[in-house]
Amino acid sequence: MSPRWTLPIFVVLLSGASVPSQAATIQITMDNLVIAPAEISAKIGDTIEWINKDVLAHTATARNGDFDVNLPPKKTASLVVKKAGTVDYYCRFHPNMKATLKVEP
Amino acid sequence: MKFVRLSAAVAAVSLLSGAALAQGAKPSDPQIAHIAYTAGVIDIEAAKQALSKTGNKDVKAFAQDMARDHEAVNKQALDLVKKLNVTPQDNDTSKTLSKNAAEKRAELAKLKGAEFDKAYINNEVAYHKAVDSALETTLIPNASNAELKSLLQTGLKIFQGHEQHAEHVASELK
Repeated sequence: MSPRWTLPIFVVLLSGASVPSQAATIQITMDNLVIAPAEISAKIGDTIEWINKDVLAHTATARNGDFDVNLPPKKTASLVVKKAGTVDYYCRFHPNMKATLKVEP
Repeated sequence: MKFVRLSAAVAAVSLLSGAALAQGAKPSDPQIAHIAYTAGVIDIEAAKQALSKTGNKDVKAFAQDMARDHEAVNKQALDLVKKLNVTPQDNDTSKTLSKNAAEKRAELAKLKGAEFDKAYINNEVAYHKAVDSALETTLIPNASNAELKSLLQTGLKIFQGHEQHAEHVASELK
């Protein structure tokens, strides 16, 4: 009986423990068909915010399929990163627009 | 095949940068705005035709990209001429462009399936090459308004991307 209860409590404590490490918001711009910065590091739990300054629609599409964010003209969209690793992403509409997102645990 | 494509591209380039503009006078800003806008409309029309005819996923996606981008750029162009209080002026280059595009559309209308896809994409490669070259050598250098020049430069960047995208789709179709 009691061992079954300890596990959920333990999990709650663990996940609670990781929250205080201040999640940050990282801004990336898409301006004149260029993603800047082209390479950026984040930590799990951080919010990535893409700001599309162009009159064109863009996307932030991960090559490995992790995410596919739509960015209508002059709009901003964001995503909370949940997985560590290096992800190359690009714009599906303008494949010359390429960048890398490094997510550290 | 390769020869046909090349000659189409050469014809298109000489059409844009040569013949129609070779009448001595440099194009004025209202004429440049008209040419750039017309070039956009032509590619939107071509995309619409492709969307109504193609069954190929890549060709469809490409055509959707063309329509989306050229509509966005042309909207910017309209906003700009409005702001500058300029009336785009029709001219021989615009007229020749429209006439040739209508002929190309009629030619493509007769094709079906993979034949259409190839012809459409090959023409897109040639067309964007021609437009990019005209922007670089004629339209951008002759634009006197800074905002118009900057819009044309952005356009060039976008269309160079289109050209590469079209080349990529063309290579996949082979």
